[in-house]
Amino acid sequence: MQVTVTVNGVEYTKEIEGRLLLVHFLRDVLGLTGTHWGCDTSNCGTCVVWMDGEPVKSCTVLAAMAGGREVRTVEGLANGAELDPIQEGFRQCHGLQCGFCTPGMLMTCRHLLDKNPDPTEGEIREAISGQICRCTGYSSIVRSVRWAAVHEAASK
Amino acid sequence: MQVPAPFEYERATSVDQAIGLLERLGNSARLVAGGHSLLPMMKLRLANFEYLIDINDLHGELGYIRLGAGEVRIGAMTRHRELLESDALAEVFPIFRDAERVIADPIVRNRGTLGGSLCQADPSEDLSAVCTTLDASCVIRGPRNTERVVSMEEFHVGPYETAVADNEILTEIRIPVKPYASGSAYAKVERRAGDWAVVSAGAAIWLDAAGRIADARVGLAAVGPNTTGIPEISAALRGQEPAEALYELAGAIAARTCDPVTDTRGSADYKRHLADELTRRTLRTAVSRARS
Repeated sequence: MQVTVTVNGVEYTKEIEGRLLLVHFLRDVLGLTGTHWGCDTSNCGTCVVWMDGEPVKSCTVLAAMAGGREVRTVEGLANGAELDPIQEGFRQCHGLQCGFCTPGMLMTCRHLLDKNPDPTEGEIREAISGQICRCTGYSSIVRSVRWAAVHEAASK
Repeated sequence: MQVPAPFEYERATSVDQAIGLLERLGNSARLVAGGHSLLPMMKLRLANFEYLIDINDLHGELGYIRLGAGEVRIGAMTRHRELLESDALAEVFPIFRDAERVIADPIVRNRGTLGGSLCQADPSEDLSAVCTTLDASCVIRGPRNTERVVSMEEFHVGPYETAVADNEILTEIRIPVKPYASGSAYAKVERRAGDWAVVSAGAAIWLDAAGRIADARVGLAAVGPNTTGIPEISAALRGQEPAEALYELAGAIAARTCDPVTDTRGSADYKRHLADELTRRTLRTAVSRARS
């Protein structure tokens, strides 16, 4: 079947199998390997991307379901060489070590800050509760999001 | 890599068009809404279909929460996040917000739907227990605009099996609003955040003007083949003054009448203990909410 998906503002039309998952469409068909493929069971959250403005686990969404919709991946965060504040926060506060969970964490935390520009630690932990990080113990991820919140507020 | 077996993808544009597709394709087709129960089962080959009919475009038609005087109507495509975030719903039936806080995780809740949860008919599923507790009925639409309304007891035929026929679609849940001061609550014990329930319980209480229990309902999940309402508890509580001894009695009935099995989530004895404790806890909270 044919599917047309807009990813990070670019429209792609591709011939796919109905059973192709969105995560594999992004990685293998479009070559956008920033989105990671982890547990396959919608538990780990490394595959989180936005679909029509909302975070979804792309291992549990069919590529066909994204047809006609707008997808945003981690590649769509930075503006050229300029990192998004959430990316800069992760860099400044050691929000990652191995980096495997990072693309999903960034997409979820960007969405959180768009909805809630000044989240508490509890709200940050709740927002990422569907995602697993084995390196940071989450503390430095919370710090990274707070860094981004503070710097975004200051730059406005 | 876990992927479903091959199937043909169709996208529904309206409820009637979806029913038309179901009529044509029969039991080789299945509707997919959020997909967060169905797609994992298809990846594991626990479910296989020749056709999947994507009904996400029906959110405009079937995604709503309508509060009427005698009834709340919720469209089957209403997503978990919408149920969680609705202040109006939480005002009338706080049990929904209690339950939604502990269903899966925020990202999954962006996709999963009320109708999908009920149609999955997993005995551990939380919204089924909520709907059982609230004495909800299910609106099922079929070919040629036929519509039937069934109770939750009739809806759940058995584990993973519902009253919805191959050419039908669940469109709406209706919950009666009784003319009493009401309170409701939900509690779940799980092994880790976002997991299926070891046991969960919902309670709803309606108090008359004198503060006595006009009606009470308890619904349990994960302690039997279906989500179970317990008529014996309702009978024992009706007409009584709310009191701790009454919650103990209800808890004892819940533990005695439920039918849990020992599995990786816990022993049958532990689950009976939880059924007792969570019944008391939710009744206590429901009463305090009805009084406030």
